Order: sequence, then C-alpha cells, then structure tokens
Amino acid sequence: MKPGHGEVLLTEGDPRLREDEERLVEAFRRELDEGMWAAVPTQDPETGRRQARMVQDYSQIPHDAERVIFFPRAAGG
Amino acid sequence: MLLVLLTLALLVAALVVPALIEAARRRRSRRPRSRRRRPSELVALGDPGRERRAEQRARELLRSCVNEEEWGMYRDLGFVRVFGRGPGRGGIERGRGGAEGRQTGATLLRGRPPSPPGDEASPQEEPAAEAPRYAYLVYPHKPILAYEPRSRRLLSEYCVEFPDLSDAVTGSRLPDSDDVLAKWMALTGDEGRLLRDANMHLPGRQLDPGRVRRDLWRLEEWERRGRRSPHAPPR
Repeated sequence: MKPGHGEVLLTEGDPRLREDEERLVEAFRRELDEGMWAAVPTQDPETGRRQARMVQDYSQIPHDAERVIFFPRAAGG
Repeated sequence: MLLVLLTLALLVAALVVPALIEAARRRRSRRPRSRRRRPSELVALGDPGRERRAEQRARELLRSCVNEEEWGMYRDLGFVRVFGRGPGRGGIERGRGGAEGRQTGATLLRGRPPSPPGDEASPQEEPAAEAPRYAYLVYPHKPILAYEPRSRRLLSEYCVEFPDLSDAVTGSRLPDSDDVLAKWMALTGDEGRLLRDANMHLPGRQLDPGRVRRDLWRLEEWERRGRRSPHAPPR
C-alpha cells in the first residue's frame, strides 16, 4: 500500500521455485529495510475469522500465504 | 458659478463612486472560482482520477482481507469495529479505562460480538465471561477509539497514522480504505505494538464523543437489522 497510489504489486512468484523465492526474499527485505511493516492476511481454521499476522522475517510467512501486504509503519498522529 | 459646478461634480462623484465599487465587487464574487485560480493552484490539485482509482483499489483490497461483517460495516457505516485481542498481545486493560488503560498481558478473551445492551432475548447472547471486554472503532484518517461494548463507555483515543517517510515533501497519504486496512492489520496482527506506537489521549481530543456515541448506536441498529435479515452475514 503506497500513499497516494493505493495498492502496488511489487513482485510475484512461486516460493517453491528457487529463482522466484530469491526474488521474493529480496523484495521482502527491501521493503522492511525501507521501514515498511509486513502483514499476511490469514484465516483461523477453526472459527473462519480473518485476521492479520505481522511478519518481520521472510521465514515467518506461512507456507500457504498467498500474499504479503506492506504498509508504512505506524507513527503517533 | 464655477464653484457651484465644482461642488455639484464632487457631490455626484461621492454618490456614484461607491455604487460603482459595490457593483464591481458583486460581479467579481459571481465569477466562477476556477477563473480566479492561479496556475500554481491548479498544479497542486493533482490528478483526482488517480486518487479515485487508488481508493477503488484500496476498497477491493480491504474487502478481500477483512471479515464479511467488517466489510459490511465499513460499506454501510464508514468505520470498522475490531474487538480487543487475547492475552499476550498487549491490549488495553479492562477496568482501568481512560488514558490509564495501557498495559500488557491483560486477560482478554476472543469471541463473537456481544449482544447489544438491552437485547437479552437475543438467541446469540453469550455468557458475560466470554464477551469481548473492549473494542475499537477504526475510522479512516482519524484516531482509533477504544470503548467497552457492554457499557459503551469510551476509553481512549489512539492517534496513529501511516506516513510515507520517503515522500514527505508531497505529504501524500494512504487512501481511506488503505488506512482502515492498515489499522485493521496492525490491530489484529499486533495490537500491543500499534498501541505502543500511537499517541494515547482521553476521548474527545479529536473525535467528538457525541458523534462516536451516535456511531455506536448506528452500529447496534445495523447489527440488529442484520440479525433479523435472512441474508445476514455470518458472524
């Protein structure tokens, strides 16, 4: 999510493929280095409730995650 | 004779000039604003189409992430309610309330929305011990408001924003729906971290308490109507 633009697709790929995964890891690190927060939309398998999971490392991304959303980190307003 | 003519001329001028000035002022105020706008102001307006498209994309993204009833709330009421999370996620403390409500490790139970006060006959009534003890109202580009659902007591305002630090010159901000989604993700993903980063204030600093209470009433009515409707979204 980018201020003034809304949703912007950074990159996409299949994490099971090595080349794709390297690209995904690189994009992930770049966004976090720029101070963005990363969240993965998830769904509770028991209740079906949707929620988000904040991730700070690529390894924390659930294997079945379809997307990671980056957004500017929060600051006191 | 000359003196008389001069006096008459002055008299006429004194009467006519103010009327002419007033007429000119009226004509200027009737002119469309756009004709008076300087080129620099036009540039500053940007592309309104781009903002509309960004907001449209943001709404779709929000819809794809949040729960169905939360999307319905935002679509119909303009805000989203998020319940406080469970232990270990650093929510606000029940009972202390107000600006003193910040703490970690509060015992808070996740659960379905509570029945509105006075609706004891509702089949969805839950035992009091399982009802969420506090919740947040998430508005676009306004503070997050914490409150107690059962008593509707307003607890505190959490002023938070998601600034684009790399583009501080233009000061652009997230589209409304992206701002709501960012707050929703931060609240459901790491409530304690978001509250720590926010500036906490007593209710009423930025959000009008009267308006918030009206919104809580609207939410209650919205949920009541939803329960009666055969097409009510799953809870």
